[in-house]
Amino acid sequence: MRMEVSDEALAGQAADGDAEAFSALLTRHYDRVFRLAFRLTGVKAEAEDLTQDVCLALPTKLAGFRGQARFTTWLYRVVVNAAHDRRRRAATRANAATGWCEVEQARRAEALEEAEAQDWLTAAMRALPVDLRDTVALVLDDMTHGETAEVLGISEGTVSWRMSEAKKRLRQMKEDEA
Amino acid sequence: MTDELDDLKRALDAATPAPDADRKAATLRLAEENFDRVQGSADVARHTGQKGPFAPVLKGVTAMFHAMTTKAGLTATTALVAVGLVVITPMGRDLLTGGPIGVGEISEIPESFRAPAESRERRSEALQLADDEDGAGSQVVRQDLSAEPVDLNAGQQSAQPQMELAEESFANEVQGLAKMEAAPAPSVAADADARRIIVAPEPVIAPEADTEAFSNAETNTLKVTTEEPVSTFSIDVDTASYAVVRSSLMAGQMPPRDAVRVEEMVNYFPYAYAQPEGEHPFQPTITVMPTPWNAGTELVHIGLQGTMPALEDRPPLNLVFLIDTSGSMQDANKLPLLKQSFRLMLSELRPEDEVSIVTYAGSAGQVLEPTRAAERSAILSALDRLEAGGSTAGQAGLQQAYQVAEAMAAEGEVTRVILATDGDFNVGLSDPEALKDFIAEKRESGTYLSVLGFGRGNLDDATMQALAQNGNGQASYIDTLSEARKVLVDQLTGALFPIANDVKIQVEFNPAQIAEYRLIGYETRALNREDFSNDRVDAGDIGAGHTVTAIYEVTPVGSDAIRNGPLRYGAETAAVDVSDELGFFKLRYKRPGEAASRLIETPILPGMGEAGQDARFSVAMAGFGQLLRGGNYLGGWSWSDAIGLAQDARGEDSFGYRAEAIDLMRLAEALDR
Repeated sequence: MRMEVSDEALAGQAADGDAEAFSALLTRHYDRVFRLAFRLTGVKAEAEDLTQDVCLALPTKLAGFRGQARFTTWLYRVVVNAAHDRRRRAATRANAATGWCEVEQARRAEALEEAEAQDWLTAAMRALPVDLRDTVALVLDDMTHGETAEVLGISEGTVSWRMSEAKKRLRQMKEDEA
Repeated sequence: MTDELDDLKRALDAATPAPDADRKAATLRLAEENFDRVQGSADVARHTGQKGPFAPVLKGVTAMFHAMTTKAGLTATTALVAVGLVVITPMGRDLLTGGPIGVGEISEIPESFRAPAESRERRSEALQLADDEDGAGSQVVRQDLSAEPVDLNAGQQSAQPQMELAEESFANEVQGLAKMEAAPAPSVAADADARRIIVAPEPVIAPEADTEAFSNAETNTLKVTTEEPVSTFSIDVDTASYAVVRSSLMAGQMPPRDAVRVEEMVNYFPYAYAQPEGEHPFQPTITVMPTPWNAGTELVHIGLQGTMPALEDRPPLNLVFLIDTSGSMQDANKLPLLKQSFRLMLSELRPEDEVSIVTYAGSAGQVLEPTRAAERSAILSALDRLEAGGSTAGQAGLQQAYQVAEAMAAEGEVTRVILATDGDFNVGLSDPEALKDFIAEKRESGTYLSVLGFGRGNLDDATMQALAQNGNGQASYIDTLSEARKVLVDQLTGALFPIANDVKIQVEFNPAQIAEYRLIGYETRALNREDFSNDRVDAGDIGAGHTVTAIYEVTPVGSDAIRNGPLRYGAETAAVDVSDELGFFKLRYKRPGEAASRLIETPILPGMGEAGQDARFSVAMAGFGQLLRGGNYLGGWSWSDAIGLAQDARGEDSFGYRAEAIDLMRLAEALDR
């Protein structure tokens, strides 16, 4: 019955302390958050952790949602920022990188024939610098360039520029293979 | 949309897995609990540690200078994460600016302009943000435990509407920190946890953009004796780096360059230096020997041998195992290996020793009340019941472990928390710097902390180091059962019973004899010259029977190998001291429980000592470590030279550690081709 209520209305109720609204909102969006988290990180376990971090932080973060943006746009922004935070921290450590960069891990995780496709994907994502990769993850998650721009806090033109840059690099990669 | 992007989209869609249902349910439940807690705590007044309007500023600045000047190695890397700058505006809003953390992207410049000016760009973004926030009269305040949290709450929960996302996570962080200091009770801490966004440093994507990484781990450079005659550092008994290197090489990869800490490669091995005699609990043995990789230089080899007190007399032990049972621990080389390792260790304990187990995963919990080691089966069955699942509430777990430990402690007993983790502190322990302070505070109360790392992938080496260094403990990395045996059985006594705290070494070289010198390794342990006699500066600890080795490569005056030519304008400082001493060695340490340090000193004489097998093997390891780091100072010295030297100096090697090291050298040689 809650499902008819808009995200924005639910978010408003949740921010006012309605626990039921909060649960409904989170249940509705958990899978989306996870999907984006996976696309940003490339490793399932990592995506699960990132999703959990986002969900656990949401009760406090909701206070910052004032309805200027669509709820999903706002939520994606939270996820992208959380992923950035994680990367920054990762950068301070002396250890083997995981994520899109750890081909080994992807290999182990997937069945053999899947692994081949996954390897191409991993290689492709690796070939992109991190800002292009984030942009690609969002746009290919069926976001418009405008929405992506809002999530990343950049202009729509920059999103388009990044997408064409990403395309260029992927084409280059294909040529290198051939 | 184009072919390439379509391909990528298809691949991404195909690769995206479904979320784990159990994990989802658990996360939703935790989030709901957090929600309730946030509602409940909204109007509770918060403690503030601030004592005046500028108190946090001053404290912050002092701490910042401290962090900048001590170069405390790995801990500094983690410190840098915490040393973000906050701009507190009169409106009570905070902006995270500049520094290594940076701000979420605000504006975008085409790629070609960006790369060289990363930091400038960040700064300008920060400025821009400040302008947006009508920041007239802004104060710049360093984030600090005592920073005033009330403003932030006000900003978040009442009148201030437009919180930027980037700053939000930071505001949470400050809140969390403030609460951590204010109220260490677990329930409140859990609340603080809930407010944290990303906590554990997770290696997600290769951080090509971040230039901050490992800047503190640069190889020590060659020093000119006339310019800088004094070298000061803290000893390091950790061995984690060697095990990490081993696990990389065994997996067929060269270890990441920055994972190699040469002193830990050297100190991994037990050496039989001269046993201490007399009043001091350890004995320095100094040997001057030729450098295998450079005919024009010599090595000053310093070996410290810690005394081994009679084992029968050892005080009873209280051990709290704090075990990470988060989902990431379920791999065979993590929780299962950990259980086996602890089983091994249990046999080493005395019946009167007490053991307790606290786990943390999602929420922290005590799974074994303090139990005498005599009740082996009770302990074993508690161990067996451990299962991996959920995420990691590192901070709540640590707090509970310390509570248990404090309850177990009694006069004349040794109490220690042993943290076993894969480094994945994802909920609650966000900021290694804040955690360090917490652990350091507990260290003062006599409870020490050791850290055992398990598994690769998200091993958080920097945090492990930071925790153990501040807990007066040792950080070890357990990759195999035989490593567990080495750490938890063969060398258990050393790991658990400190014989000296805050051990610092200072060597002054004689410019009349030594033109240049360089300390091999210990990059992360460098101290300021004045820290040596400052008893309040923390340093490494030595456990019963430990050996510690430090090696200087020195270039005698007149040698062909001098790399720095004389200065054209530099005043020729005639060396006053014409003695033939190469230098003067000083060491300070504290006996456990004492506040004042004691001093050991001895001159370093030419040709001193005799290079035995132990000394030569340690030099082979130092060479190996330097090769793994790129070997700037090694000239043409190669893997095979290292293997030859190590083979020659292998000695008795009753545990087979050295044979294994030689295997690793061969592997590295093969991988490097």
